[in-house]
Amino acid sequence: MLDRALKGSSRYWGWLIFLLILMGIGFVLWLYQFKVGLKITGMSRDVSWGFYIAQFTYLVGVAASGVMVVLPYYLHDYKKFGRLTVLGEFMAIAAVLMCLLFIMVDLGRLPRLVNVIMYPHPRSILFWDMIVLNGYLLLNILVGWNALAAERKGVHYRTWVKVLAYISIPWAFSIHTVTAFLYAGLPGRHFWLTAIMAPRFLASAFCSGPAILLLICFIIRKLTKFDPGKEQMRTLGGIIAYAFILNIFFFLMELFTSFYSQIPAHMDSLVYLFRGLDGYGRLAPWMWTFVFFSVVALVMLIVPYTRRKEDTLAVAAACVVIATWIDKGLGLIIGGFVPNPFEKVFEYWPTVPEVMISVGVWATGFFVLTVLFKIAISIKEEVAA
Amino acid sequence: MMGISRRGFLKVAGLSALMAALGKSGFELLRPGQVEASIPVTKGKRWAMAIDMRKVTPEIIEECKKSCHHYHNVPEFDNPKVEIKWIWGEEFEHAFPDQQHEYVSDLIKSLEFPLLCNHCSNPPCCRVCPTGATWQREDGIVMMDWHRCIGCRFCMAGCPYGSRSFNWGDPRKAPKELNPGFPTNPEFPTREVGVVEKCTFCNERIAKGQLPVCVEKANEMKKDSFIFGDLADPDSDIRKALRKHYSIRRKTELGTHPNIYYIIA
Repeated sequence: MLDRALKGSSRYWGWLIFLLILMGIGFVLWLYQFKVGLKITGMSRDVSWGFYIAQFTYLVGVAASGVMVVLPYYLHDYKKFGRLTVLGEFMAIAAVLMCLLFIMVDLGRLPRLVNVIMYPHPRSILFWDMIVLNGYLLLNILVGWNALAAERKGVHYRTWVKVLAYISIPWAFSIHTVTAFLYAGLPGRHFWLTAIMAPRFLASAFCSGPAILLLICFIIRKLTKFDPGKEQMRTLGGIIAYAFILNIFFFLMELFTSFYSQIPAHMDSLVYLFRGLDGYGRLAPWMWTFVFFSVVALVMLIVPYTRRKEDTLAVAAACVVIATWIDKGLGLIIGGFVPNPFEKVFEYWPTVPEVMISVGVWATGFFVLTVLFKIAISIKEEVAA
Repeated sequence: MMGISRRGFLKVAGLSALMAALGKSGFELLRPGQVEASIPVTKGKRWAMAIDMRKVTPEIIEECKKSCHHYHNVPEFDNPKVEIKWIWGEEFEHAFPDQQHEYVSDLIKSLEFPLLCNHCSNPPCCRVCPTGATWQREDGIVMMDWHRCIGCRFCMAGCPYGSRSFNWGDPRKAPKELNPGFPTNPEFPTREVGVVEKCTFCNERIAKGQLPVCVEKANEMKKDSFIFGDLADPDSDIRKALRKHYSIRRKTELGTHPNIYYIIA
């Protein structure tokens, strides 16, 4: 099946070469970071996690969201999603790969990564995150690949593939729950110390991931002979709508608890994010951008006319991606470290090398995604022909 | 063949071992710190420090910091973004943000509090470390293994006291003009780029029956300003001092049980 990735249009190759260039730039800068240390990033003694860990968190959500096309198909026998399940699984593979890469570029001493296995510490949530993420990667590779191989041969997938697909459903929930636990169990980080962190993570995952998938579906339909299906895309729109409403609802619950209780430690990070604290407010314009896109997305997803019409649905999906990315890929991690344990504000902003290394990781993910989708769509085109 | 095949036996044995391991891990996950907390203070040693705020001056803290950092090869960067500090001074409102109010006495406001690792009895840093590179010894000291640390900085997110520093660059390449003669103590290891470090309560000095560097320095300048000792021993100087005076600790509501006491009156 891999040979399908080697035959493609000049546009396909051009896109891959473009991604390879970004990957190359990121890799060279990473080599530099590896040599001199993480001081080339914007991270500091006070804000000790930054852009890398924030991207990691966002992408765990994208990975988990594969379940939103897998679950209706396998559990509810919603046959129409059969066209999309492989795409959801392949997107999950690319997303988990990016997660692992973001963890790796964030480590101070990468060559010692193996210590996590050599000296396992089950009391650390990071240990469990390693297990669930790698397990999820394996499950999606096995299920996605074998289901696609069966589709190519025109046979039904084997029973063990279905069993693994069933296992992958709760597993998807587990990866984002465990990732939320990385933050939600730390005493003294009041912004993260909230029981609703995991549900909020899942809600934001289940709108952002399907929104990305939906946008990719529009591109696929334009560029290839494979049609993901009008009804399928409309159903995705419904899933995005519900999950995004939940996501915003959970966020408002955070606001209520913090501001009605008036406990300063619980308000400080939110005040910093949206208004600025002690005269520092670097993230405020971003957070208001998040609010703007959230409101636009909410309206467009709730109004039936704009949700059902394809071009407006595409705009709404793009708004969801932007809003959730600012919320989780920027505000959530940085906000947790500001103010610091001494109630002082030390601001963080990513540096150019840090952003370019992140772009390199994203490019790697899109490279894998493109190749996998190319294989899947070539096979789907062949089967249809 | 009757009974269980070798292959079958290995499968069952392997699965059971896996289940047992996961079960134990689950328990450890849900009741973190129970093992540490259950070590009775009357059995074995529990090192702690009482700092007499009626005697400590900013000069004493500055000298403590200097000798500590000199002894442990902690480089100076003169840059808050990448700085490494094991002990330092902080005003009341930043050391005890939960105790701060508008009408704090002038005396308290004028003080500088020496801050260092609290060597908590229920340390979140040890709980979150994925490799056990930071762990708690039986005598209560929260230790670091700089050869095992992978630099994930989970411990820095976990510590509610900001006691941990990361080597953002190579400490051996710290600016020469700020670090004449670095490494200043050839007896003590320097660290590598990319690992976390913090106060160790001078464990290797305690093993030799010596006091931590900061305690020695502070008491040279003002007798009994830093009292170091064993909380497990009811007759120790620290227990006597705590019995006699009113003391406070940082962020006690978090359940970490810090072992640095600040004597106020």
